[in-house]
Amino acid sequence: MNRIKQLAINEEGFVFDPLTGDSFTVNQTGLFILQKLKEGKETEQIVKELTEEFEVSQEEAERDLIDFVEKLRSYRLL
Amino acid sequence: MKKIYQKPVITKLQTGFMNKFGSSPLYARKVRTDIDGVPISELVEKFGSPLFVISEKQLREKYRQIYSAFTNRYPNVQFGWSYKTNYLKAVCAVLHQEGAIAEVVSEFEYEKARNMGIEGKDIIFNGPHKTINALKRAALEGAKIHIDHFDEITDLEHIADEIGKQIKVAIRINMDTGIHPQWDRFGFNLETGQALDAVKRIASGGKLVLNGLHCHIGTFILEPEAYGKEVEKMVKFAYEIEDNFGFKIEYLDIGGGFPSKNRLKGTYLPPDVAVPPVEEFAEKITDSLYSNLRPGDFPKLILETGRAIVDEAGYLITTVFASKRLPDGRKAYIADAGVNLLFTAFWYKFNIEIDREVQGSNEPSVIYGPLCMNIDIIDEGTMLPPLKRGTRLIFSPVGAYNNTQWMQFIEYRPNVVMVMEDQTVEIIREKEDLSDIERRERLPDRLKIK
Ligand SMILES: Cc1ncc(COP(=O)(O)O)c(C=O)c1O
Repeated sequence: MNRIKQLAINEEGFVFDPLTGDSFTVNQTGLFILQKLKEGKETEQIVKELTEEFEVSQEEAERDLIDFVEKLRSYRLL
Repeated sequence: MKKIYQKPVITKLQTGFMNKFGSSPLYARKVRTDIDGVPISELVEKFGSPLFVISEKQLREKYRQIYSAFTNRYPNVQFGWSYKTNYLKAVCAVLHQEGAIAEVVSEFEYEKARNMGIEGKDIIFNGPHKTINALKRAALEGAKIHIDHFDEITDLEHIADEIGKQIKVAIRINMDTGIHPQWDRFGFNLETGQALDAVKRIASGGKLVLNGLHCHIGTFILEPEAYGKEVEKMVKFAYEIEDNFGFKIEYLDIGGGFPSKNRLKGTYLPPDVAVPPVEEFAEKITDSLYSNLRPGDFPKLILETGRAIVDEAGYLITTVFASKRLPDGRKAYIADAGVNLLFTAFWYKFNIEIDREVQGSNEPSVIYGPLCMNIDIIDEGTMLPPLKRGTRLIFSPVGAYNNTQWMQFIEYRPNVVMVMEDQTVEIIREKEDLSDIERRERLPDRLKIK
């Protein structure tokens, strides 16, 4: 079960996990990725959208996405 | 137009978080783009990374500030540069130019000082392991020999016989000044009467002439009053010796130990708050001198300040080589320098500066060095924004004890440069290569790979 779908995320980057009561803050890029994950998008697609939306190379976006996902796992959000 | 990119960051909001890391996740990191006007990028381009950088300007300024704190308060002051703190020639040369004599603690350091062109009479020879050879040379060259134990008294008496003249000596004493741990393994203890026994022994031998007292109460001492106590006890003991044994105590060497503006691990106060200014130490020391010395008596006051003079003049530029995510969610960076170069990382939490503005909020991060060893950690918990490979991190203060205690373990030691007062940059220790490390090795013929 993808817990991301249950997260309450607001426009300012405030994230609330109703299951645990934990709250988080994300920056603009983090928010962008969380929304894509919530929509159920795959890694490749998200990387592509990141490079379209932001001034970033595919390599860097890919690397950062992996890192971000690992971080989400460490918070048990994935 | 595309939006400006920031690395994605998510941070858990926790109570107690601020206390644990001492700063908020949004707190901007300090940026350093140059050292004394020389750009970090230029330094690394020319001399590589990692790179030790020592500022001549800051070294001289610090020396002058500490020296004048004492000369403004007392008429007879001499500084001895504590070689072990940093014995790179260029560092010693700057401090000798400023007027410091040499303070050495081994035969190696004695040779180093002589090789620098320092005369024996301008060398203070401390330490528990002075070989007979070194002692004899020091005696012949008129060095200030500070005796550490009874065996050394015997050694010196033999040497006095051999060279056919009396040798001037001082003794090192240790005492309770309220500082813990008490450094009681060097010299003769005052409170137990051991120090007095040493004086008696020297007097009865008749071959040595006692003319000074030495003491070093510890290092990174944050309590100025400890020096007040040290000086009081030294002066009283000096008069006891003069009154009962006929020796004239010409100088009191109160050692080193003043703290630098560094942060000891486990302390949360920034150094600017935790570390008293040197003037406060000078005030306690000279107050104690004036309240205990007899009128008109101004024995020479010698100081062997090390760390406080050189620490803040030293920087280490490192480069982020890689990053990873730890299982507990913390970010980890692998820098190209670790505890191999930063021995003092074991007790200091360094000031960390980044060579550029970095977008993104800070997250709990660990900085590892390049060694394949679990203990190779430069910082086990600091707040850093997401850093790209190739970002430079500048660690400071690192001028004290690293260029002497660094180790050659699986990596070469890098260039050390000095940014001179006119902003030119000189290599003061060239980076090592394989030949430096293998020069002393011998491979038996029969083991050679054919
Ligand atoms: C005898 C002696 N003098 C001077 C020093 C320099 O001390 P610091 O760097 O704390 O000033 C030391 C350091 O341990 C020492 O042992």
